[in-house]
Amino acid sequence: MAIAPVVNRRDFLKTGAAGGVALVIGFHLSPSALADQAAEQEKKIPNPLDAWVRITPDNHVTLILGKSEMGQGIMTALPMILAEELCLDWKNVKVEQAPTNPKVYDLGTGGSGSVAGSWLPLRRAGAAAREMLIAAAAQKWEVSPDTCKAANGQVVHGHPQRYLSYGELVEAAAKLPIPNFNTVPLKNSADFTVVGHDTHRFEGRDKATGAAKFGIDSRVPGMLFAVVARCPVFGGKLASFDATKAKEVPGVRDVISFETSGRGASTTGGVAVLAENSWAAMQGRKALVVKWDEGPAANESSAELHKQFLANAAKGGKALRNDGDADSVLGSSPKKVEAVYELPFAPHACMEPMNCTVQIRPDGAEAWVPTQAPQWAQGVIAEAAKLPPEKVIVHTTLMGGGFGRRYQADFVMEAAQVAAKAAGKPVMVLWTREDDMQHGFYRPASYHKLQGALDANGNLAAWKHFQTSTSIAAKWSEKGAEDPGLGEFGSGATIPYVTPNVRIEYTLAESSVPRAWWRSVEHSSSGFVIESFIDELAAAAGQDPLVFRMKIIGGDRKIPMFGNDKEPPLDTARLKGVLQLAAEKAGWGKPLPKGQGRGIATFYSFNSYTAAVAEASVQNGAIKVHRLVYAVDCGRPINPEGVRAQVESAAIYGLSAALHDAITIKGGRVEQSNFNDYGMPRMSETPKTEVHVVMSKEEPTGIGEPGLPVVTPAVCNAIFAATGKRLRSLPIRSEDLA
Amino acid sequence: MAISFTLNGKATSVDVSPDMPLLWVLRDTLNMTGTKFGCGMALCGACTVHINGEATRSCITAVSSIAGKKVTTIEGLSTDGSHPVQQAWMEEDVPQCGYCQSGQIMSAVALLSKKPKPTDADIDDAMSGNICRCGTYQRIRKAIHRAASMPASKA
Repeated sequence: MAIAPVVNRRDFLKTGAAGGVALVIGFHLSPSALADQAAEQEKKIPNPLDAWVRITPDNHVTLILGKSEMGQGIMTALPMILAEELCLDWKNVKVEQAPTNPKVYDLGTGGSGSVAGSWLPLRRAGAAAREMLIAAAAQKWEVSPDTCKAANGQVVHGHPQRYLSYGELVEAAAKLPIPNFNTVPLKNSADFTVVGHDTHRFEGRDKATGAAKFGIDSRVPGMLFAVVARCPVFGGKLASFDATKAKEVPGVRDVISFETSGRGASTTGGVAVLAENSWAAMQGRKALVVKWDEGPAANESSAELHKQFLANAAKGGKALRNDGDADSVLGSSPKKVEAVYELPFAPHACMEPMNCTVQIRPDGAEAWVPTQAPQWAQGVIAEAAKLPPEKVIVHTTLMGGGFGRRYQADFVMEAAQVAAKAAGKPVMVLWTREDDMQHGFYRPASYHKLQGALDANGNLAAWKHFQTSTSIAAKWSEKGAEDPGLGEFGSGATIPYVTPNVRIEYTLAESSVPRAWWRSVEHSSSGFVIESFIDELAAAAGQDPLVFRMKIIGGDRKIPMFGNDKEPPLDTARLKGVLQLAAEKAGWGKPLPKGQGRGIATFYSFNSYTAAVAEASVQNGAIKVHRLVYAVDCGRPINPEGVRAQVESAAIYGLSAALHDAITIKGGRVEQSNFNDYGMPRMSETPKTEVHVVMSKEEPTGIGEPGLPVVTPAVCNAIFAATGKRLRSLPIRSEDLA
Repeated sequence: MAISFTLNGKATSVDVSPDMPLLWVLRDTLNMTGTKFGCGMALCGACTVHINGEATRSCITAVSSIAGKKVTTIEGLSTDGSHPVQQAWMEEDVPQCGYCQSGQIMSAVALLSKKPKPTDADIDDAMSGNICRCGTYQRIRKAIHRAASMPASKA
């Protein structure tokens, strides 16, 4: 099956937590999908503990969370798994964020991989702890462990029943041998009382009362607040600056120039204004006089990039996949369809602007970081502080959104460099919204040419997909390293549609704009392009878009992921399952009010299957989405309500980049600055959204991102159904609808 | 120069630059971090507080302008989450990342104080200034209706 985590480290530690003995079970995991990355990182850094179970004599159970909570609900889903195997009442579970321990190893939080990767290891850890507690009770009662069972945080035996709480047992249990994680008995899923049940978010109360602490809320005695002036042109450098006026601003304490470098940097550094409060720092920055050396990127623009796309497309790309002979079939086919799609750079725009608080002393450093990658943050701070990583304590805070942006360490690098020059003072480097919008790592801009041929029976005879983009891999590779481009297609290189002739081509487009992982990454473009084009082919074939998809998906089979045999194969039965479920729940084929159309799309990403049906119309020159109906199959849902919430969220996130604004470049800099010129969806634009979750018994897979790739094609296909207009360029403009 | 106002029912005085926005007085001077910074231009609503009962963007409100006025922040609704709107937020599982929710809740409370039984159109109007990047709007709408139906609503 998909996920086969390897437990290659376990620890059994006795600690003096809470003034008594604690039973602590730790483990470390590396799911198969991440195995190579894990092995690679393992060579460089010590193993992490991914999670801990702690039981104290006063009967409190705590899971130390080894993943970062950014809104995706991991602070609830992971403890639920543990609570299940430990036979705990969910209400009694507490969660604490893991410290970044340099002796352990953390893959970070991303790729919709936390639940998938933690599912089996957490079950085993919970089960091992449960079996030890049962064994301890059995010894006390002098009975066979087989006659005891765990329930509601106690071990139970006999008739009439007698009980010992886990807290009463923990001291004895801690002295017993640890069961073998590979053979420890796991609960029968039919007996689950927590997993698979709708559960309120663990930290929901704190988020409704304002008590939740995000990175930006870090307060350290004596801290200063800093904002940074950066060269607006990508790659530009500081030439000179005059801080005289800035230092006259009341509250400003210091002005520090610094450099950042290396592949994780978003800029080359800048000038930091340190002050008693954020406002004074911002006023100080306004008073700075700075000269920049703008460098070679100053001539770059979105218009020039578009020309580059056209030139690349005219030449054709390097073949990444070539089954059969798509070109000759396309050349001779009586029924051909060709379409061009284009997507712009997109910003993450997390509601909490980037920030990081660092204190560096000669003997050690401490940092408060809203990060998806605490280990990377630790390394970056250690480097700036010239300290070994184990001398750097990183507190991973709650994040006001992540979406991939907080997998970066650029904002940590800046804070570390400033703190290193701040004479031991704790410093928060705070980004304004403008900083955040203009110095991000954007979803790549891309241009796609799709060609398809239909045979006499309306089957797909050939499929050709050319893409040119400012790839992510090229940004992160060493200079000169060749970027094959397959990563820009993702599962889009493995189309689930039957055709003997497939050709996929790619050409890298040059750009100085930093790019990285944006929610659903390459699948946000692949999903839009492929599912829009399938709709065009259905129309050309004169077939209903649902019927056409079901026909060309064909029989039940498992399709290996092209170019990535470590990934689980695409199961066409599950894909057809979500298509059918979404269509049925949406009332596919039933009449709609005049002017409205219905569109459908399906996609496989992060090992999960999604389908969406959109009902949309054009109102006052803009798209109005009336209803979205989703079906998702992400294996066994841990918290179905959490799954629904993630899909609702991914839909709005996807629509933000389709219906609103683009990040455009002119003069080597981002033209947008805040929510006035990069608009966000609002309450009034939110469609009625239904999410139908398949209650699968397969291994759990990702759900933070898979809801995104289908929303834009479903809406665009609905607009075609309503108006006959094809929408092939994002974001959609009123003139596209006229 | 000291500026005095009432903050969550308590007399409060701060000695800061008079043009400093209330947002930063709350967050950096008084260490009340429940009110959030999102845009600094009254575009996102994350910084929403009540001034004399009116929903107000604290990021563009100079602290000098609130002298003698009553300011309520998210911390002033309740500390234990017992306010009906906070209860509704928890029951509908509204928050995801949660960063914008202080502002969303303050806007919702102000709406309900004027319109105890708001329609969807009322909600669209009152909440249109609050951005949620996690897209929790559908749940916010449900939670407002739920709070409106609570018998003990003191919103």
